[in-house]
Amino acid sequence: MDNMRRKVIGTGTAALVAASVPGSLVFAQGAPIKIGMSMPQTGGLGAGGQAALIGIRMWVDDVNAKGGLLGRKVEFIVYDDQSNGANTPGIYTKLLDVDKVDILIAPYATNPTAPIMPLVKERGKLLMGNFSFQVNSKVQHDMWFNNAPWNDARGWSEGFLEAGKNAGAKSLAVFAADAEFQQNLANGAREIAQSSGWNIVYNQNYPGNNTDFSSIIRSVRAARPEAVFVACYPNEAVAIMRSVNEIGIGSQVQIFGGGMVGLQFTPVMQSLGSLLNGVVNFNSYVPGMKFPGIEDFFKRYTERAVAAKVDPLGYYLPPFNYAIGQMIEQAVNATKTIDNKRLAEYLRRTEFNTIVGPISFDKNGERAKPRLVQTQFRNVKDNDLEQFRSPGKQVVVWPAVDKQGDVITPFDRARKAT
Amino acid sequence: MISIDLLFEAVLFGILLGCFYAAVSLGLSVAFGLLDVPYVAHPALLILGSYFTFLLSKTGLDPIICGLLLMPVFYLIGIALYRFYYETFERRSSDTGVRGLAFFFGIAFIIEVCLILVFGVDQRTVSATYIGSSLEIGEYRFPYRMLVAFGIAIFLTTLLTLYFSKTFNGRAIKAVGQDEGALRLMGANPVKIKQLAFGIATAVNALAGAMLIIVGPVEPAMDRIYIGRTFCVVVLAGLGSMSGTLVAGLILGIAESVVMMTLGASWAPAVSFGLLLLMLGIRPQGLFGR
Amino acid sequence: MNVNEYIFFAGFVILQFVVLATAWNILGGYAGYVNFGVPAFIAVGAYSAVVLFKSISAPLVVQIIGGGILAGLLGLMVGLLTLKLRGIFFSIATVAVVFILETVVMNWRYVGGATGLQLTRPPDLWIFDTYTRMLFFVMAVLAVCSVSIARYIQDSFLGRGLRAVRDSEEAAECSGVPTLKIKLIACTISGALMGVAGAPMPMYLSYIEPTATFNLNYSISALGMPIIGGTSHWIGPVIGALLLATIQQIVTVTVSNELNVLVVGVLLVLFVVLAPDGILGLIKKWKQSSK
Repeated sequence: MDNMRRKVIGTGTAALVAASVPGSLVFAQGAPIKIGMSMPQTGGLGAGGQAALIGIRMWVDDVNAKGGLLGRKVEFIVYDDQSNGANTPGIYTKLLDVDKVDILIAPYATNPTAPIMPLVKERGKLLMGNFSFQVNSKVQHDMWFNNAPWNDARGWSEGFLEAGKNAGAKSLAVFAADAEFQQNLANGAREIAQSSGWNIVYNQNYPGNNTDFSSIIRSVRAARPEAVFVACYPNEAVAIMRSVNEIGIGSQVQIFGGGMVGLQFTPVMQSLGSLLNGVVNFNSYVPGMKFPGIEDFFKRYTERAVAAKVDPLGYYLPPFNYAIGQMIEQAVNATKTIDNKRLAEYLRRTEFNTIVGPISFDKNGERAKPRLVQTQFRNVKDNDLEQFRSPGKQVVVWPAVDKQGDVITPFDRARKAT
Repeated sequence: MISIDLLFEAVLFGILLGCFYAAVSLGLSVAFGLLDVPYVAHPALLILGSYFTFLLSKTGLDPIICGLLLMPVFYLIGIALYRFYYETFERRSSDTGVRGLAFFFGIAFIIEVCLILVFGVDQRTVSATYIGSSLEIGEYRFPYRMLVAFGIAIFLTTLLTLYFSKTFNGRAIKAVGQDEGALRLMGANPVKIKQLAFGIATAVNALAGAMLIIVGPVEPAMDRIYIGRTFCVVVLAGLGSMSGTLVAGLILGIAESVVMMTLGASWAPAVSFGLLLLMLGIRPQGLFGR
Repeated sequence: MNVNEYIFFAGFVILQFVVLATAWNILGGYAGYVNFGVPAFIAVGAYSAVVLFKSISAPLVVQIIGGGILAGLLGLMVGLLTLKLRGIFFSIATVAVVFILETVVMNWRYVGGATGLQLTRPPDLWIFDTYTRMLFFVMAVLAVCSVSIARYIQDSFLGRGLRAVRDSEEAAECSGVPTLKIKLIACTISGALMGVAGAPMPMYLSYIEPTATFNLNYSISALGMPIIGGTSHWIGPVIGALLLATIQQIVTVTVSNELNVLVVGVLLVLFVVLAPDGILGLIKKWKQSSK
């Protein structure tokens, strides 16, 4: 990290010095193309962000090994926003005005990304989205392209609610943090539930930094719901699962989970272990799903991750972050320019081939064809990381095209099932 | 609306929570309540205690043992801090109000930032056999981590109350806040007594910090919300009252728990600060103060 | 050659701290009442601006005036509630105000609640090339105004009264100074100026959310800068703010965000212990010793 900053300062100073020389040599053919972003490397999202970062760095190295973009080396600049949305406007202003970055990638996740949407729109800059959820819905920036395999709340809650309905559930409890992603998702899920005849018996928000969920879990239990939909971030997810284990959620609950971010991060999965069993939750990739070329990616990823002491499995984010790079590469090579407007036009109308399959965008910059799955954790043992490499620990229960098994209900039975 | 059952459970949980709040405020009760030191760095030292417990527990020791082991270390830190504060501010006695406050405020921030630089902003937890499971009594479940904290809180409060009423040094500490001159006449050195008190207050913080990380995850910025909770308890109790601290803690704990249950967790931070403001407005000497 | 936009972006923050430090000093330096609740007043300014902008698309000037008035009112209310209390109680009460207001805002959907609100800047740039430059100019004007107000207070009856309160409140009472009244006036003006400093912030970031706006980091900076610069004269906070805020901005760009707070914290402790009269005091001593 410090190396990167020193490199940036060095390059910046050199550029300033050289720019003052008449007929400066710095801007001749061969100046690097700068791609910049902030990534949450510490804080609640840090475990995911660190893994995602390796995915991007792999692409940067791969593309530079092929001679760079348009004959120019790709220089990658990244800062740590600490999973805190308050830091991103300053960082992205710095990226644009001090580091003079050519192409921007968004930070991983909705909450660090939301604050910079007005800024990028006003500056007319392309922003490559990184697993955000509906973060462009209010600002409506026309140069936003999100790599995440979902579009709107339907992809998340349909599968969950369908599985609940099949088990005979009619009453729903929803709780979510008061933050951009969690609220977007919870509101979407609630609308869908109401319009399909569910009875919502509990609906609460909690502050994003809440660490003790005893009173919430108690209240949920008292409302006796048959399905519980949670929209939360990693720190909250861990605290919620621990609280459910401590206090219990009620024997009538058929299905629990839905939109819990963090249960896809390997370190979190490892630390929660058997507490995960029975939870039905979203994911982007689990072993058993077919994507061309992805096995090779994971092999190379694991080598780098182990050396960097980061999540060695890398299922959830890294391949999709690598795909961001692939899309930039294909767009730049096809349009022969780094002009953000031309790139945006190309991104809008093209279907890209990436290691996570074909990606194309709708008019809002979200995925035209979502491919999100709902999985159920089964047979997870404590303190075992390698168990997640083989299929069977996160059984895909929806959609039909990727299905690996049926949901086990009720929730209590699924927690003990083998 | 809210069932009696749920409310009752909230109150029970509030009692456990309240004793915990009382225990983490004991140090402040001594340092600020008895000695009149503007010790706004108290919550920061509490979090420091949690982080040291976190480090020490990596050796495999139970967090409570870690807290106990840290107490002598923190005792020395407390003595050093008071000595420095006394030499720099109290002795010269010029404009102590602003400067003393600013000094401790600065110390609090320095501690917080150093924690961030060393540990990052991530949440830290400890593990122990009693963390994660609960005691089942009928329909109610009481998390063991809260029961453990409750036990330690009762232990600490009893110990301190006995110390302050039964031992010579203890009573001297109580006296030094009221009348230094008289104390000197009785043959005790006020500065040494105050030093001792401050050392004890900081040592208590070590064990309280261990309790904090047992009860839930900690992060460096937590000292800010605890400024509210600890000062609320001390002001509610009234300066100088040890047993009052326990009662005040209970009031705060139950209030917070009930608010979380009825209005929602998003209103919880306002409870401690709101109670504090209320007390300052209508009865600044607290419920049991002198 | 074009001036780098970032200079205006960073310069805005530096000027903002000139206003904040000057405002803090009116109550803290002149009267000796340490206000830890700086973020509460900043936030009232900022969120009033948001409400005015969102409801009636108020122009920037109206937002600033509105923010100032409401923050001044808050200052008056806080003063009425707590200025009868001793030093540390007043300070703790100001912290309480921060958290209570933050909780209220977090539960207020209209201004975004805890999630925050994205804002689109209006296209009106007046005579400037970019919106950031306009904000920089506005903040410069505000800085000049607040320093003028502080200078006026210092030399007026109000200033003399405040100094009397700081030196010995009892003596001031006995000699007929209307201590409560002048403390309230100081609290109101101080609060209003902080509100005015906070009002342009939503437009500056195009985003607002409570955790950053109510951040206690503002307190340590707003009280550190006058103490480091020197609290007895209006130029002290200006020196402290310009010096410290510039260091902070350089540190942010080159190293990291946290180090900001560490720089202020360490310098504050050093000055409070070694040089209680701040840089002004050091200059005075140096002048005297070189005579």
